[in-house]
Amino acid sequence: MIGTDLLGIEDLERDSIERILHTAERMQEVGTRVVKKVPTLRGRTVVNLFFEPSTRTRASFEIAGKRLSADVVNFSPGSSSIKKAESILDTARTLDAMDPDVVVVRHGVAGVPKRIADVLAAPVINAGDGAHEHPTQALLDMFTVKQKKGRIDGLTIAIVGDILHSRVARSNIYGFTKMGAEVRIAAPPPMIPAAVETLGVKAFTSLREALDGADVVMALRIQNERLSGTYLPSVREYSATFGIDRKTLRYAKDDAIVMHPGPVNRGVELAHDLTDHRPGVILDQVRNGVAIRMAVLYLISGRPDRSAE
Amino acid sequence: MTPSKTQSSKTGSRAQSAPIQKTVLDDVGIRRALMRIAHEILERCEDLDRLYLVAIPNGGVPLARILGANLKQIAGVDVVIGVLDTTLYRDDLKTSQERPLLRDTEMPSAVDDRFVVLVDDVVKTGRTIRAAMDALMDFGRPRIVQVVGLVDRGHRELPIKLDYVGKNVPTEPNELVRLRGDRGGLEGALEVVVTDATEQGVAP
Repeated sequence: MIGTDLLGIEDLERDSIERILHTAERMQEVGTRVVKKVPTLRGRTVVNLFFEPSTRTRASFEIAGKRLSADVVNFSPGSSSIKKAESILDTARTLDAMDPDVVVVRHGVAGVPKRIADVLAAPVINAGDGAHEHPTQALLDMFTVKQKKGRIDGLTIAIVGDILHSRVARSNIYGFTKMGAEVRIAAPPPMIPAAVETLGVKAFTSLREALDGADVVMALRIQNERLSGTYLPSVREYSATFGIDRKTLRYAKDDAIVMHPGPVNRGVELAHDLTDHRPGVILDQVRNGVAIRMAVLYLISGRPDRSAE
Repeated sequence: MTPSKTQSSKTGSRAQSAPIQKTVLDDVGIRRALMRIAHEILERCEDLDRLYLVAIPNGGVPLARILGANLKQIAGVDVVIGVLDTTLYRDDLKTSQERPLLRDTEMPSAVDDRFVVLVDDVVKTGRTIRAAMDALMDFGRPRIVQVVGLVDRGHRELPIKLDYVGKNVPTEPNELVRLRGDRGGLEGALEVVVTDATEQGVAP
């Protein structure tokens, strides 16, 4: 983990995940101080290279970098459509010439952070690539579960929603199974990836069965504009069969927590009565995101200069 | 107690490449030193309500607890004890690739206007104390900061002077000096041991 790229949870060992969670726990304390800043990465430069618009993740990385005293630069080349691989690599090379110490990449196409990492001297953190992975989101989700439940091992996690298009789901499936949890997924059949069970999860097309006895219920965001008509008859039908409200939540354990990577489509993935009355965990996820990203920036920036090799 | 001691010394002599270890301060010595230091702190701190012991983990934590108990016993005061990890303030993180494990920080009350006594087990270069002072300032503005070092082994690299010393132990720079308990951790009877780090197989 130390000094290498963080491209996905798939490549991480359980030990590394535990190290990140341990570090994040201590990083969280920094945010409670009078001066919410430590000098650890003074003089280092973190570049947020976001090809896809993002406010939450980018802000989270920016705050994390600043709390560690790094200089954070936001670089958004913008891509309305899929860019040619050459131009992405050109951007990466230009960036490399500016000597960043860590580069955080988000792109709408799976695999782009990896391509960029191959060109750059600095370690790369994947902040979400297409429907592939979003490792820091999964780490903050694991961190939140560990905080609320005291452990991850042996828990039952139900992930509900568009698994097929979700990088959050994929990273969480890798993460939670590595940490010893039982992962279930629930979605309308077209949104369940083929052969998903080879990842060690149980797939359900009934929400009720998936939630039965679950410790954690994680709803994914439904991207209305992308899906309606092709994968779903209608968003309304989705919320009627897979939307989570107080009634469906009764199938889960009494102390089950409800999570969502945000932003929530109120009344679609989660009923109003849940988002309004139990917003706690979802906001904790956001809060924990800063600590996780501080931990990752701290650990990853330990890489020695490649030119010295 | 006794059987475990004989056992460990037996294993010590049996293992061929076992490094030479020397106890420079045993449990009785440590407790005696901490009792004396508690008296010295009382002499110098005119307002006991403002006294705040801040331990530098890991070694400083049990020492601060013992000091706290001593102060309670002598003067009947309940002294606030905090724990301050200095790792994120280390001066070698900018250049080194090493990423040390972080330890807990727990500062139960504000340090503003307090009489802060930092507690560390072994002081050598003074770099940890420098880091601790910087960390402390991020929690507020203490009125006075003083330092306890159970063992002062010399080799200072920064202008740091200890206010309370358990014992001066002259050492070679490459020797390893550490505080440990009888079960390998920091529980039970404590002792300070010196190991020659140039020997193979020394786990720091």
